[in-house]
Amino acid sequence: MYVAVKGGERAIENAHAWLAEERRGDISVAELSVAQIREQLGLAVNRVMAEGSLYDPDLAALAIKQARGDLIEAIFLIRAYRTTLPRFGASAPVDTGDMACDRRISATFKDLPGGQVLGPTFDYTHRLLDFKLAAEGETPDAPRRDAEPGPVPHVTDFLNREGLIEEALHDDTTPPDLTREPLEMPADRALRLQALTRADEGFTLSMAYSTQRGYARNHAFVGELRIGTVPVEMEIPELGFAIEIGEITLTECETVNQFKGSETEPPQFTRGYGLVFGQTERKAISMALVDRALRWEELGEDNVGAPAQDAEFVLYHADNIQATGFLEHIKLPHYVDFQSELELVRKLRREVEASQEQHREAAE
Amino acid sequence: MTPSSEYNFAYLDEQTKRMIRRAILKGLAIPGYQVPFASREMPMPYGWGTGGVQVSAAVLTPDDRFKVIDQGADDTTNAVSIRTFFERTAGVATTTATPVATVIQTRHRIPEEPLTEGQVLVYQVPIPEPLRFLEPRESETRKMHSLEEYGLMHVKLYEDISRHGHIATSYAYPVKVEARYVMDPSPIPKFDNPKLGDCPAIQLFGAGREQRIYALPPYTQVVSLDFEDHPFEASKADHPCGLCGADDSYLDEVIVDDTGGRMFVCSDTDYCEGRQAAGHRGKDLGGKDAA
Repeated sequence: MYVAVKGGERAIENAHAWLAEERRGDISVAELSVAQIREQLGLAVNRVMAEGSLYDPDLAALAIKQARGDLIEAIFLIRAYRTTLPRFGASAPVDTGDMACDRRISATFKDLPGGQVLGPTFDYTHRLLDFKLAAEGETPDAPRRDAEPGPVPHVTDFLNREGLIEEALHDDTTPPDLTREPLEMPADRALRLQALTRADEGFTLSMAYSTQRGYARNHAFVGELRIGTVPVEMEIPELGFAIEIGEITLTECETVNQFKGSETEPPQFTRGYGLVFGQTERKAISMALVDRALRWEELGEDNVGAPAQDAEFVLYHADNIQATGFLEHIKLPHYVDFQSELELVRKLRREVEASQEQHREAAE
Repeated sequence: MTPSSEYNFAYLDEQTKRMIRRAILKGLAIPGYQVPFASREMPMPYGWGTGGVQVSAAVLTPDDRFKVIDQGADDTTNAVSIRTFFERTAGVATTTATPVATVIQTRHRIPEEPLTEGQVLVYQVPIPEPLRFLEPRESETRKMHSLEEYGLMHVKLYEDISRHGHIATSYAYPVKVEARYVMDPSPIPKFDNPKLGDCPAIQLFGAGREQRIYALPPYTQVVSLDFEDHPFEASKADHPCGLCGADDSYLDEVIVDDTGGRMFVCSDTDYCEGRQAAGHRGKDLGGKDAA
């Protein structure tokens, strides 16, 4: 016999206790520390900071530990925490031209002022499992030398001097804030870039990839990819000037895109832009390609109906916290709605059967 | 349980609550109009009631008595989770009894017990846009609302009738508010639609992921869309409740064995328990109310 189920509260508590036990795993194996995650799973930490929109490696590492390595769950923890933090103010815009680069490459020029710096990259590694790591062997120290003195100018500035690339005009308007105002369409470029920098890496990658395969192809070259630290400065009202409050690692990608010119624009190269917290270059390159695809209208290009050109489609589906929440909510009970569908289907079937019966009788 | 001191009353900070209250007031001033609001990330997932939770957080006061239902029941897991959240963060009194609750957060149902003046019913809304599955673009649907261009919806309902003989929408059945805005009543069964109109309570709708709030002030005119020759019909399973014998309540169908045995019980657990406490017995409890 059915009895109304009671005890949902206890079931939830027990499920959470079991979860905590599973998270810890076999207790004969040493527990992972937050510092170990921060230091040794740095790229996971970077992704959580980027998509969580909160630059704090320790909190990101804690979230990864708590989420059992599920990065979207970790991003969710960070977002939920971030939204409770008070806002003291806004920093001055960071200057990526001032970046202390760990990595800086250009695919458009063989050599250039500031040089090509490979930095700590997986590029050119042979993807062979390194069983020495399983044996917990220490890695040898990498050779060191001092950084080249002198500035590392942006590659696009060289092109700009010749007028070969569209001018990126200086703009002091305060950009809209995605985290404090509802996303409304049409979204300007500043808002789109904000949404893209916290967008799901996988989604952004696939959107970018689709442009490369011909869905609104925009012939992107990586004009420059740079990773490094920039100082963050903030104006303190009591002092009346800006002081440095810390530094953050950023990945910046500027693409140079082919462009034939249109009714309104002379032939020149165009730009796509990606800027992401931490060392996150797959995301930054993807972001630049998607940014460029979304700019079709302002550049007077045709809308070929490609998904990556559709700002509503991209921006409303790029956030993995929104997406995973709504996707997973279908696990919740829906029996009231299902019941109403059951009644309707039964009714429709009864009517179809009755009319078939009538036809049969008429035929006999 | 005392409120946790780590967070502000009802979790959200006062600035955020003020922003939400403004959206609610605007919604009440323009019944059925979807007001964009800067929805915050909540500590529960989008799609699990974050809109309703934010609206509740904005309207709750320390003197409130809070009730949460999901599918009509107070003890479904997500209802338990949301109730516990506000016990922890707001320390408000909670109840399962509809008549004594001052704020009721609901997912997918309107309580059977008629609501009264002074009560607030907060709906969790997944997709606030009634036109969304006819037109996926938000920029288009907002235009359609502002121009009051609802032809597409009537065509859809008409196509249902020509194909199935009936309007094939059994929940989230669209309504027109004060002869102006077409509104999604959230995925309540259409059985509940008649309770939306002329209701003495304030009805607030929160969609967190979609960043929309809308509202029905007390005694608003709400009409379910239909045609003269195909009038709207609220429907439910054609049985009385197996436990309390009620024949006027919305029923869940429960499979009781693997040979096709089933019983029908009230989805509103508080209503059902109240009737049983008053001595009513359905046929599965051997009662004489059995039809």
